[in-house]
Amino acid sequence: MRKSLWLIYLLIIFSLGLAACGPEGTESSRPSPEATQMEATEGPEADAGTITVMTHDSFEISEEVLAQFQNENDVRVEFLKAGDTGTALNRAILAKEAPLADVFYGVDNTFLSRALAEGIFDVYQTPLLEEIPDEFELDPEHRALPVDYGDVCLNYEKAYFEENDLEPPGNLEDLLQPEYEGLLVVENPATSSPGLAFMLATIGHFGEDGWLDYWRGLVENDVLVVNDWETAYYSEFSQWGGTRPVVVSYGSSPPAEVIFAEEPIEEPPTAAVTADESCFRQIEFAGILHGTDKREMAQKWVDFMLSPAFQEDIPLQMFVFPVNENAELDETFQKFLAVPEETAEVSPEAIAENREAWIQAWTETVLR
Amino acid sequence: MSGGPAGFVKDLAGRRTASLRNALLPWLLWLIPLVFLALFYFYPLVRILTISLTRGERLAEPFIQAFSSATVRSVLWFTIWQATVSTLLTLLLGLPGAYLLARYDFRGKGLLRALTGIPFVMPTLVVAAAFNALLGPRGWINIALMALFDLSAPPIQFTNTIIAILVAHVFYNTTIVLRMVGDFWSHLNPRLVSAARSLGANNWQTLTKITLPLLMPAILAAALLVFIFDFTSFGVILVLGGPRFATLEVEIYYQTISLFNLPVAAVLSMLQLACTLGLTVAYTRLSARVTRPVALRSRQITQRPLVTRRSKLFAAIMIILLIALLTTPLLALAARSFTRIGPERGQRGPDAPEFTLDFYRELTINRRGSVFFVPPVTAIGASLGYALATVVFALALGLPASWALARDSGSFINRALDSILMLPLGTSAVTLGLGFIVALNRPPLDLRASPVLIPLAHTLVALPFVVRSLTPALRSIQPRLRQAAAVLGASPGKVLRYIDLPLVGRAILVSAIFAFTISMGEFGATALIARPEFPTIPVAIFRFISQPGALNFGQAMALSTILMAVTAAGMLAIERFRIADVGEF
Repeated sequence: MRKSLWLIYLLIIFSLGLAACGPEGTESSRPSPEATQMEATEGPEADAGTITVMTHDSFEISEEVLAQFQNENDVRVEFLKAGDTGTALNRAILAKEAPLADVFYGVDNTFLSRALAEGIFDVYQTPLLEEIPDEFELDPEHRALPVDYGDVCLNYEKAYFEENDLEPPGNLEDLLQPEYEGLLVVENPATSSPGLAFMLATIGHFGEDGWLDYWRGLVENDVLVVNDWETAYYSEFSQWGGTRPVVVSYGSSPPAEVIFAEEPIEEPPTAAVTADESCFRQIEFAGILHGTDKREMAQKWVDFMLSPAFQEDIPLQMFVFPVNENAELDETFQKFLAVPEETAEVSPEAIAENREAWIQAWTETVLR
Repeated sequence: MSGGPAGFVKDLAGRRTASLRNALLPWLLWLIPLVFLALFYFYPLVRILTISLTRGERLAEPFIQAFSSATVRSVLWFTIWQATVSTLLTLLLGLPGAYLLARYDFRGKGLLRALTGIPFVMPTLVVAAAFNALLGPRGWINIALMALFDLSAPPIQFTNTIIAILVAHVFYNTTIVLRMVGDFWSHLNPRLVSAARSLGANNWQTLTKITLPLLMPAILAAALLVFIFDFTSFGVILVLGGPRFATLEVEIYYQTISLFNLPVAAVLSMLQLACTLGLTVAYTRLSARVTRPVALRSRQITQRPLVTRRSKLFAAIMIILLIALLTTPLLALAARSFTRIGPERGQRGPDAPEFTLDFYRELTINRRGSVFFVPPVTAIGASLGYALATVVFALALGLPASWALARDSGSFINRALDSILMLPLGTSAVTLGLGFIVALNRPPLDLRASPVLIPLAHTLVALPFVVRSLTPALRSIQPRLRQAAAVLGASPGKVLRYIDLPLVGRAILVSAIFAFTISMGEFGATALIARPEFPTIPVAIFRFISQPGALNFGQAMALSTILMAVTAAGMLAIERFRIADVGEF
């Protein structure tokens, strides 16, 4: 018996060891240095092997679009989904001495300053920037390159307002009116990305002097705060399980309601409020991670992300919009889409500098 | 035994190596669990804490910042308070439930046990949706009450209240008490109770003087685990409690992810760890004091059918209570996955809901041609694969550790190591997740993106459960049995095989079920490490529920129902194993 006990011990050590080393050679996302060197001698054009793209959880891409890139460049692209936007970025920052991937996609303008200050990206002056409007290029040194944008706006359930013979809210100020009492649910900016974006919209619109007064007004009008988008949308929004007909969500949520309807429907049951300065625009960036040894292929991937092929795939996969002017939008998407002409602006530097103070002030005003 | 002086000397030498072996044995038993913890727990944790703390200008600053903050003080107070109340409530429901499962034999008991275990694996977002369908402003209960009493507003306010947090904690953790205490109880000798009765003790006296003291080790162990789970609660607080409540873990998440204030996050993580450590040390002392060796008996002897009217009434009340609290929310959710609700009006149309299989059908269609589309079979396979690996790892590491603990609970190394084993449970998942990034980053241990990290991370959580289920059972084996075996010439290995293993077969199954369910339901670590091509079921559920649209919500509910079914099937399958139950006694 003692012998068999020791045998079990050995087996455990062996399997743990195997587990630890096994994937290294065969399927680890980052090949060992030797493997990379071998590829280098053969030349990156001939066989670049694999590149790794680190993203947040919401990243999506069509099979055919990916196949197109992989075939053209004779390379395999591996994706590493590393959590929500903030978590993925923190992981990229902490791994910067030995990067987990070659390209990082998914840092947005609310986190941009953190990414740039930590120096995780290398400069890449891609020729494709010519096809992208200047308003998206928030990093003048071209380390973080804009890929897509989406607007965080108020959404409302159309039927509620029809039934109750009430005008839907037209702008942020409307929600202070007594007839809108108890109708709004928002997300906590400390824990939710759309929550933060909506808080920034109020800061951009009412200015640093006025935004807290606006929130005081919302509190008086019985605003409901929850921690995450899922609870706000699926538990509190009256379109779903709740009682509140106005919710902070995305400008693209109404077309998504059509595309993901149970049965084909003609019209979205919800709509977005897109008055001037009532939405906050989240711009998402990609960049080549500092320390990659596959710079050339990483550049090709970034160029691909900015090219019409990938850009046209973005809306139906991720429900955000391409930044490339030459990309054409899908029909369903365009039909039900309301894009605000003018969004509320807050610069990434101001966000980085004031994030904590703003969230704290918001918390004191709204939750206490 | 052997004649002549030569034989005598040989015998002596043999005895000396035997005593040497006995002295070394605890260390040998601890070796592998310790190496595992050192590599996959302490190394990553120490690395991330050092890196975080040295990011600041001065080392003392984050400490001053954290300890002088009124927010941190109130967060700490709330964390302790809600964990204490949640644990007491969980025991309040769990102990009578454990008695029912331990002492009575009735049809459907295995199913009841499996049903009560399912909440443990459900993702918080889904549970929140389930509670909302029951108790939300437009949930069944509120609608019924409004119709009944002709009210204009929903009378019950559930989400964003402290009640929601407490109810959800009871919902999640009652199974821990049911299994740990229930299975220990089922082996207690009922004759002790009968003896006390015949000596004139009333029910209350028998309970407080006989049963509870004997059960104390198992109750303490279960309470400790429940408390640590509640203490480090994250999803429940965030989703059901809402923005007015924060535990230390929630504050660590906010400091880390939203503010990137790693030094303060590190201090808070250490505070959380210190609390866990203090608690486990207190537990170890207490538990050593209350443990008494008792003769375990086969369940055939300890269990009786429901014959008396009182026992039937008790069973009926308990079963209804358990089902109502632990199963109805899940039923609401399963029902939702088969229901089509009017095309335009979300959940509140006047149209009668219709039965549909659309959401299940939709799960198998890659409508958008996405690279990351995963058919449900793949997700089920990934979940089961990780879960089985976790069971193997956790038992392989937990058996030697608990055996060492049970052999000599008083020794210093055992006391110290016992507490250390519990630490991973009380560690901030956010912190440890980042620790993996900065520690396991060099070959041969570059595991940062490797799928093997998933069962390893799950094992860290499962190990304390395995040890806590096994040790009380192993400790209760009367030392006389072991001594007798040894006197009769049995080697430690033989003692283990013929005395210890058969007596704790049931506890091993309980451990396996804990490891299995922990792995099936774990979300945080899995979401960070899982390759997008092979997500587990909870990760796949999250993908659906984080997007707007009826189909997405319906598919999340459908996958949740599949998760429940797979988990229940897995638990029932494990229960069918019989590792030499104590039937022969």
